[in-house]
This record gives sequence, structure tokens and C-alpha cells, in this order.
Amino acid sequence: MIPAAQAAAEAHGFLSPSGVEIAFLLVGLVTLGAAVVTVTTRQLVHAALWLVVALGGLAVEYLLLTAEFIAWVQVLIYVGSVVVLLLFGLMLTKAPIGRSPDADSGNRPVALGVALAAAVALVWVVVDAFRTTWIDLDGAVQGSTEVTGATLFKHWVLPFEALSVLLLAALVGAIVLSRKKEQER
Amino acid sequence: MHLAYPAVLAALLFCVGVYGVLARRNAILVLMSVELMLNAVNLNLVAFDVWLRDTLHAGQALTLFTIAIAAAEIGIGLAIVLMVHRNRGTSDIDRLRDTAEPPQPWDTATEDGATTDDTPTGEKAEATA
Repeated sequence: MIPAAQAAAEAHGFLSPSGVEIAFLLVGLVTLGAAVVTVTTRQLVHAALWLVVALGGLAVEYLLLTAEFIAWVQVLIYVGSVVVLLLFGLMLTKAPIGRSPDADSGNRPVALGVALAAAVALVWVVVDAFRTTWIDLDGAVQGSTEVTGATLFKHWVLPFEALSVLLLAALVGAIVLSRKKEQER
Repeated sequence: MHLAYPAVLAALLFCVGVYGVLARRNAILVLMSVELMLNAVNLNLVAFDVWLRDTLHAGQALTLFTIAIAAAEIGIGLAIVLMVHRNRGTSDIDRLRDTAEPPQPWDTATEDGATTDDTPTGEKAEATA
């Protein structure tokens, strides 16, 4: 271990996690468990409701990382609209209420193998790369609404406007796709 | 906070999303898994933005852009799924195999396209109904 990393490890310590780290770990476990239930449950509506738990847990993680504005945007857009859209989609496609035996396709073992291999590889690489890196959460808040708004409208105006055009195009596209044809009315 | 906590959580969430995309059969459940993967990326962006103390806050701006694009994606995706369900009566992606290439032996596949005409036309007739 290089001296700087050793000094950092001594300053923070592996075996004495701070309160923020413990909170992050607990909320992360809840989030991960909700995500796993989302992709494994056989009840389609329950999958959407567990997705709310996973996305809400992620919003709490953003708050713990001091990204306040992102957290509220996450709650508003994901929990508020995306999950509602998904529930509407489930209802409109006449998804069965209760257990549906064919929620998982036949390539489930292959999918499990791919996901486990990817998880092992990614976690190994990430832990090996960031073993001696700490986030300094003290000092000025990184993601308050004021800071995010200032940087967004000072440095990111052009991508922001392009994104609004993209959202408009997506809106028009969704309306055109879901409209019935003339003779069907 | 140790940077490994958010990074490992994001990696695991991404892998859960990968499993869902590969293993689910209903198209809307696949869209949910895609949302999980996008959220894993968002968590990485926020964590690295806070770690690097970027003066432009590129991570948080890109997180907002990702959220907006995910909203557009879910709108378009649901419109497509609803249209497929209206036309075919199913949103089961294992049964939407119209563009799948029929399994052929190699010697006939290299000849002209006349061999592709003997595919079962029942599903295609259902597609145009």
C-alpha cells in the first residue's frame, strides 16, 4: 500500500464506519432487496410497487450523499410519474392480478449466470479500484437546489434546452403511437 | 464515506437490472428492469460528482438529464407496448418472433431467398389483423 493510501486508511479506518456509512448500508440493503423482489416476484402489480421501494431508497441514498435536489427530482419523477405510468401500462395490457406463472421466461438460469458473473466482475473491479478512496461529505453542500440550479443554468443551458426539445419529441411520438387510426374511430 | 459503498451498490443494482431484462417475459417488467439499470448509473454519477467536488457539477447535471431521458424512454416504450398489445393481444416478448430468422441449414441459407417463404404464416397473419 502506498503511503498516502495508508495515511488515508488510518485517518478513516475500515472497521469503524461512520453513522452516515451505516445508514447508507442499511438503506442500500433495503433498496437492493426491493430491487431483487421487483425482478423475481410473480405478481406483476407487486413488482411495480416494490419498484417504488427501490426508487425511494435510492432517493434516500442521494440525500445521504448530499445531493438534495436530485433526491427530490427522483421522488417526483420516478416514484410520482414513472411508476404510475408503469401501473397504467400493466392495467391497460390486462396484466393478471395475482400470481402469473409465466412471468419469467425460459432463459432464467442463463440470465442468473450472466447477472452473477457481471456482479462478481464489477464488484471485484470496483472494490479493488476504490479501496482507499473516501468521499468528504463535510464542508459546503454539493447538491443543494441553489448550487444545482446555478450550475445547470450557468454551464448546462444548451444541453438543457436540447433535452426539452427531446422531451417534446418523445411526447409527440408517444401520442402518435398510441392514437387510434382514422377508420378505427 | 467510503466510495466503495455507493459504487458497489450501483454495481449490484445494475446486475439486478440485467437479470430482470434477460429473465422477464412481460415487456412492462423488462421496462422496470431497465429503470433499475438507469438508476444504478444515476447513483454512480451522483457519488462520483460528490467525490470529485466538480465545479461544473457534471455528475448531477447528467443525472438530471438521465432522469429526463428515462422519463421519455418509459413514455415511448409504454406507447409501443400498448400498441403491440392492441395489435397482437399480448405483451409477451417471447411470442413476438416475427422478425426472427427461421433456423435453416447452411447450404439452403446461402441460396436465394425462396427458402424463407415456407415459414409458418399464422403469426404474421395475426400481426396484420
